Amino acid sequence: MIADAASSDMSLGPAQPSTGLQVRAWLARRSEAVVVPVAAALAGFVLFGLFLSLLGKPPLQLVEIVWRGGFGSAFALGNSLQRAAPLLFAALCVALPARLGLVVIGGEGAIVLGGLAAAAAAQPLSALPAPLAIPLMAVAAALVGAAWIGAVGWLQAYRGVNATISSLLLSYIAVALSNHLIEGPLRDPSSLNKPSTLPVDEGLMLAPMPGIGVHWGLGCGVIACVLAYLLMDRTTLGFAARIAGGNVRAAQIQGLPVGRLIVGFTALGGAFAALAGFFEVVAVQGTANGTLAAGYGYTGILVAFLARQNPIAIVPVAVLLGGIEASSGLIQRRMQLPDATVLVLEGLLFLLVLMSETLYGRFKLFSPHLWRQKRETAQVSPAAVTA
Amino acid sequence: MSDGLGLWTVLLAVIGGAIRVSTPFLFVSLGETITERSGRINLGLEGTLVFGAMSAYATAVMTGSPWAGVAAAGLAGGAFGLLHGTVCKLPRVNDVAVGIALMLFGSGLAFFLGKPFIQPSAPPLPAIPFGFWSDLPQVQSALQVNVLFLAGAALSVLLWWAFRNTKAGLIVRIVGDSADAARAMGYDVDRVRLLATAVGGVLAGIGGAYLSLYYPGSWNEGVSSGQGLMAVALVIFARWNPLACFGAALLFGGAGALGPALQSVGVSQGYYLFYAAPYVLTLALLIATSSPDRALAGAPGELSLSK
Repeated sequence: MIADAASSDMSLGPAQPSTGLQVRAWLARRSEAVVVPVAAALAGFVLFGLFLSLLGKPPLQLVEIVWRGGFGSAFALGNSLQRAAPLLFAALCVALPARLGLVVIGGEGAIVLGGLAAAAAAQPLSALPAPLAIPLMAVAAALVGAAWIGAVGWLQAYRGVNATISSLLLSYIAVALSNHLIEGPLRDPSSLNKPSTLPVDEGLMLAPMPGIGVHWGLGCGVIACVLAYLLMDRTTLGFAARIAGGNVRAAQIQGLPVGRLIVGFTALGGAFAALAGFFEVVAVQGTANGTLAAGYGYTGILVAFLARQNPIAIVPVAVLLGGIEASSGLIQRRMQLPDATVLVLEGLLFLLVLMSETLYGRFKLFSPHLWRQKRETAQVSPAAVTA
Repeated sequence: MSDGLGLWTVLLAVIGGAIRVSTPFLFVSLGETITERSGRINLGLEGTLVFGAMSAYATAVMTGSPWAGVAAAGLAGGAFGLLHGTVCKLPRVNDVAVGIALMLFGSGLAFFLGKPFIQPSAPPLPAIPFGFWSDLPQVQSALQVNVLFLAGAALSVLLWWAFRNTKAGLIVRIVGDSADAARAMGYDVDRVRLLATAVGGVLAGIGGAYLSLYYPGSWNEGVSSGQGLMAVALVIFARWNPLACFGAALLFGGAGALGPALQSVGVSQGYYLFYAAPYVLTLALLIATSSPDRALAGAPGELSLSK
């Protein structure tokens, strides 16, 4: 399964025994993907600071509040990580299809339906022992999510329906469907003010992860990101998906099953998003209700794009955005700003990171040739360097 | 007898709803048609719609004139269109992704700046009572037609004519069908697309003004429930034809009015399912009209959506 030869940067990678110069060339090439988006995000923060100064608010106070509200204490950090957990899964629902060239923005629907499926499955499964019942609930959620977003992929691959639009429409339909089920057939008659499903049995609730007090969604989310990275960058399957995303015609000529790849990767993304709903129900809410549609699916889009669809980069970006969202209440109280402040900041970051796409390859500093040339030009002609 | 009356009530409510609800769809889809005909897709019109709704409401509250509100919404929408067009001019920047970012940014900024305007009430846009001939209050309320609806209807005919018969319409179509051909003829592709996106933004902003100043006629964070995005799907269904946009907008408005209409005659079962009717309808129409083998008939050749 390991297809190292397929990896495009193999000749530059550290796998090859290399001289110091080659390591530096590799570093220079790789650092571009970190430096450019980080600089763009910093520019976004500076612009937002200017916006705040225009309104007469001290911009540095915002930094201090986000630090204190999101990361400064054990409690704040726990709160941020709790919010980051669903974002990890929701971002994977964008990042996996993105490698195939599909922009899926309907993860919210899979989150809501996944949570609902987990809560619904909890009732018949409560007779089983927890170590058996909890994974089965997760499977129920993942299957529903996989079917929902997999349908988006199927429609794109076999019917030519644009995935961006169909996924968003399906997300609205999913929210309406789950409202219907929560207020109708699946409603717990005793939930009067806030319609909810029957509560999940106490014995089926997940305890927090030992040591950090955050639920298991965080740990599983990080594992999911690592697995998604390995799948995308270290297996032939992921390589095939990237080819199909780069050039459909070429992939078809190679005989790759483009349609099945699209359905498979969208379904996998949907299963991940549904797990976000599963953890919200089984580790946080204890029941499925309207709070499942809290917007994690939409923030997940932002996380995936800020991480430039790289599953590993999703982890720090999700923690950062979880922290910013966790400090939203404190921003409102301490700076007398509306709750949409965080939305404006997120929109600016999104826009600037997208604009930074145009900067790649513009800076000689990141060119591996520059770093390798130093020695080789002394010995051979520059033409040999590119070979 | 009572069944017959109930059916008529529902039908009237759906027709009235189609006229009332369709206007934002109509304006956004006409704007998006112009943008997409030039070869670019702006998914950010949802954000433009919300920002237009906010700026129209705020301006109307402050000046007391709803028409000043409409003008402000148009200007704000144009500014968002210019922003989208300018960002997309940069090489290697994806127009779909920028649209999603602007959707988020536009709604966020609208909620941020519009917070103080949730409480005060703004003067509404005037409507013309075409139902004066009838004694039935249902008929009268169904035929209350807003001026913007009529303007939108006229605009769709005008655009349909302009795309065929004017130089500007032809230039937009050339740029949208083949950027190379347009360059060979000496047109600045980026500038045409920038202008087309800006005009699209103006129209979407005016659609937002209708939302906050006529129906539902208030400003809050739930003022738009995805109309801006559904209108983008509607453009595909209408095959980038402004006249078809008008029909499609009426259809969508009617579907959106079905749930409340049924509720008004006492059908409360499955309210949320009826609420989903416009989304189901959009999706069904998209599936029925798309094909994996060929580009959609009438699709601009440069559009990333149809490639």
